[in-house]
Amino acid sequence: MLKITCPYCGPRDEIEFRCGGEAHITRPKEPGGLSDDAWADYVFMRSNPKGNHAERWLHVNGCRRWFNAIRDTVTHEFKAIYRVGDSPPADLIGPTRGTK
Amino acid sequence: MIGDQAYRLPAGGLIDRDRVLSFTFNGHGYAGFAGDTLASALLANGVHLVGRSLKYHRPRGIVAAGVEEPNALMQLGEGGRAEPNPLATMIELYDDLVARSVNVWPSVDNDLMSWLAPISRLFSAGFYYKTFMGPPPAWQSIYEPAIRKAAGFGKAPENPDADVYDHTFAHCDVLVVGAGPAGLMAALAAARTGARVILMDERDRPGGSLLASDEGIDGGPADRWIDEASAALQACAEARVVMRTTAFGYYDSNFIAALERRSDHFGGGKTVRHRLWQVRARHVVLATGAHERPLVFDGNDRPGIMLAGAVSTYVRRYAVAPGRRAVVVTNNDSAHGTALALSDAGIDVAAVVDARRNPVGTLADAVASRGIQVLAGHTVIGTSGNKRVTGVSVAELMGDGTAGKPHSLTCDFVAMSGGWSPVVHLFSQSQGRLTYDDQICAFIPGESSQAQSCVGAVVGHFSLGECLRGGAEAGARVARELGFDTSDELATPTTVPQIQGAVEPLWSAPTERGRYDRRAKQFVDFQNDTTAADISLALQEGFESIEHVKRYTLTGFGTDQGKTANINALGLVAEVLGRPIPEVGTTTFRPPYTPVTFGALAGPYVGNLLDPVRETPMHDWHAAHGALFENVGQWRRAWYYPRDGESFQAALDRECLAVRNAVGVFDASTLGKIEIGGPDSVEFLNRIYTNGWSTLKVGRARYGLMCHEDGMVFDDGTTTRIAEYRFFMTTTSGNAAVVLDWLEEWSQTEWPELQVYFTSVTEQWATVTIAGPHARDLLAVLAPDLAVDRESFPFMAMREGRVAGVEARIIRISFSGELSYEIYVPWWSGLVLWENVMEAGARFSIAPYGTEAMHVLRAEKGYAVIGHDTDGTVTPHDLGMSWAVSKKKDFIGRRSLTRSDTARADRKHLVGLVTKDPAIVVPEGAQLVSEMNLVAARRAARGSHPVPMEGYVSSSYHSAALGHSIAFALVKGGFDRIGETLYAVYDGRVVPSEIVSPVFYDAENERRDA
Repeated sequence: MLKITCPYCGPRDEIEFRCGGEAHITRPKEPGGLSDDAWADYVFMRSNPKGNHAERWLHVNGCRRWFNAIRDTVTHEFKAIYRVGDSPPADLIGPTRGTK
Repeated sequence: MIGDQAYRLPAGGLIDRDRVLSFTFNGHGYAGFAGDTLASALLANGVHLVGRSLKYHRPRGIVAAGVEEPNALMQLGEGGRAEPNPLATMIELYDDLVARSVNVWPSVDNDLMSWLAPISRLFSAGFYYKTFMGPPPAWQSIYEPAIRKAAGFGKAPENPDADVYDHTFAHCDVLVVGAGPAGLMAALAAARTGARVILMDERDRPGGSLLASDEGIDGGPADRWIDEASAALQACAEARVVMRTTAFGYYDSNFIAALERRSDHFGGGKTVRHRLWQVRARHVVLATGAHERPLVFDGNDRPGIMLAGAVSTYVRRYAVAPGRRAVVVTNNDSAHGTALALSDAGIDVAAVVDARRNPVGTLADAVASRGIQVLAGHTVIGTSGNKRVTGVSVAELMGDGTAGKPHSLTCDFVAMSGGWSPVVHLFSQSQGRLTYDDQICAFIPGESSQAQSCVGAVVGHFSLGECLRGGAEAGARVARELGFDTSDELATPTTVPQIQGAVEPLWSAPTERGRYDRRAKQFVDFQNDTTAADISLALQEGFESIEHVKRYTLTGFGTDQGKTANINALGLVAEVLGRPIPEVGTTTFRPPYTPVTFGALAGPYVGNLLDPVRETPMHDWHAAHGALFENVGQWRRAWYYPRDGESFQAALDRECLAVRNAVGVFDASTLGKIEIGGPDSVEFLNRIYTNGWSTLKVGRARYGLMCHEDGMVFDDGTTTRIAEYRFFMTTTSGNAAVVLDWLEEWSQTEWPELQVYFTSVTEQWATVTIAGPHARDLLAVLAPDLAVDRESFPFMAMREGRVAGVEARIIRISFSGELSYEIYVPWWSGLVLWENVMEAGARFSIAPYGTEAMHVLRAEKGYAVIGHDTDGTVTPHDLGMSWAVSKKKDFIGRRSLTRSDTARADRKHLVGLVTKDPAIVVPEGAQLVSEMNLVAARRAARGSHPVPMEGYVSSSYHSAALGHSIAFALVKGGFDRIGETLYAVYDGRVVPSEIVSPVFYDAENERRDA
């Protein structure tokens, strides 16, 4: 079981959290103007990197707040944890798909 | 008859000779001493034969003295304390213990299935796959029952578990696994700096290998040092020693699961039986030791043939002679120590047979100096005896891998050693990489991937001095790294230095029949009856990956998970393929290290504690009035209220007709309820719901649908505007938490700029629904101050006021199609309101109705239940609810509704379905096929090709109000197929049914809006 540091509560067991999938996927401003492909890319397509991955996590059985994390998908190591709205550490991850 | 312990040595051992314990094994009475294991007590009584092998039913004896034991599985205890497959070597003896052999019929001495052994050539690797071919039903009716009777281990208990179990959590600076010399030393070195240390060991006392050794420490016996070190450790305020506790799982972030056995050693009862530890450690020290490997010679499985280290343990720790005359066979030094232990105990050693040409070292020299015969460059190539070994055949090892001329040695037990394999299981589970060590012919821990250290035999340190030194160093280093003051250094105890000779690999001995011959019984995995020939055959047949060899031959499966077998199997594979062992690789070590009871994993969370049960405030009233309940998520909801002698259908019809003809009352308290506030709440609702909310006035309610971004409906409900910036949302009963999470997710992660907040109020409001033509009259009685006429209180309006004297919100809303009000009152007033409704309703012939009637009523009216009539692939348009989808604004999922796939004309649509025979209620889930396909299917050979389905039934009931059955179905292109006949096919029946509108009742809404 991973130990995850909630930016609001501190280190807690993994069972208190829920992973919300890839982070920094911003909802398009004008969905109506998008092609089927562009919309499908937003709704369905996710990156699946080996190594650092920007993810959303929810401290669901705790403060119930969402935050972002960079997790190494090979070792499960949390390289960085930061709040929603903050930019990911540039040295850990390449360009993301959005800013949120 | 109590046995006489004829094989108990006259002195020594860590046993209490004043406490005689009696026990029965296979119905015979025996005696042992406190401090014995079941295995040591059996051996003290001369019992070696304890079981039969899995496939061939060959007689098998005790091989080991610990968790690596492959043979001595027991059926222990009776009734509520029956346990299948514990190891005799790990069962601490207690008075009146009852144990039996497993997999024997009728008895271990006279096993009728042993006819299998002489024809074992037929049962080669993979024989199941090759032999039991034929029609699939034969598997279920013939092969599997026959194989299960012949094979398998202990019997699952039939009675409920009589014991209780619990869970505990611990955090520490250093967790040390294993209380042998290295682990004890490491724990002491760390604990005396003030670090919080937990030391765990699977046995009843610390000491590990020292308990079977006669080596001294600090000039005194090892026992004394163990006692002193343990006392010093216990004196450290932050140290904790937990014995009889097996660390069985090593997970991420230094999370270790361990099983503590608290009552097994006295037969159970009085306290929690097993405790599951969940430990989070800053650093883990693995001092898990090593397991000895058998030698793979012909007939190496006869009872009386044991691991040499186990023999030393039985002699020194338990004061038991495994026999009167031994042959020791080895390829390394350690078994020479066994010869010395036997010699010290006055037991005859016929010879030490050492595969090495030149055994040298402290132990080998001592053996030679005592005049014990040493046959260097020799090994055992065959054995004799049936239920007990009676002799061995010994021959010189020739350079070409063959054996020289054999000669016989008589003996009644054999101590064998094929070298030692470090117990790398936990290390490997922690994702550490293993490295092959040529010096010890085994895998040792390589690079760690967690904060951990390995000390002692697990890293290949087999001398006592190395273990103590390594433990002391690791303990101090770890404490220092964790920030503790280590300036007061712990002196490493002194030991007598030993010169060790190297092990020489001997993965399989030659036989008199040639290499890997099927007739030779060279067992690699005792528990699974895998021989060297099986492994050779698997390789011949092309299963070269070690993972394939394992699965084809079953090596490494079973309750022991190949603790004695795995490295020998790897060595054999490498030998046959002519590849180095590191290239062959290892199989994966997975938790648990040793078997864990289900009870421990479940802990206290059984029975009523398995899952919370949620009840409404009116629950006791429902129960007192005969309601039967159904589970909806964690909720217990009143299902229906049968009167005396009333059938399900009769009660259901009565409840439905009461609503249609008079008035019914329904407990809707389980509805999910969320209060939404903040100046941007309208904008938020506009984005979340498919329909628009800007025009909703205060005091009015609106129905809404929620979609995921893929355009599929996932919840619905009504939301009422209580004030300018306050809304009251209801969700389906099972989805309340999911919807709240959904709202919070969008609010926090995507639209943090919107000022909106959410509060779950599900258990703040009890809900009483009154529905039926008399609902208004009833409300007027209950709320005399409220204007309830049609114009003052229209459909979809909300009023606040007193109902039966209780402050209430009343929303005129209908899920039944009748004139209906939902009355919301504070949770604790729910019962008062309910009782007042029943009392005031008596004059209108009121009847309570349950969830089943609620379902029938809503289906008659054409209302789908999200999650019942939808499955996450249904859009609002598919439900025929385009009226609830705004064209003016964006909302979650909107763009998906115009994707090519969601816009297809042949998507499944929700339609009504009526059977031609009004009495038939088609089961939900029944598949619907077209007439054309039905005919085609009948023409084709029976069962030869699948029939295309047009859709399936999602809701189906008998409607008392309509006098016929009604159903909903999801049918391809259904909206354009009204009037068409489809065929529901189930249970061999074909039921013609017509597609109709799903609104069966009051399509004009005259009753609802009355």
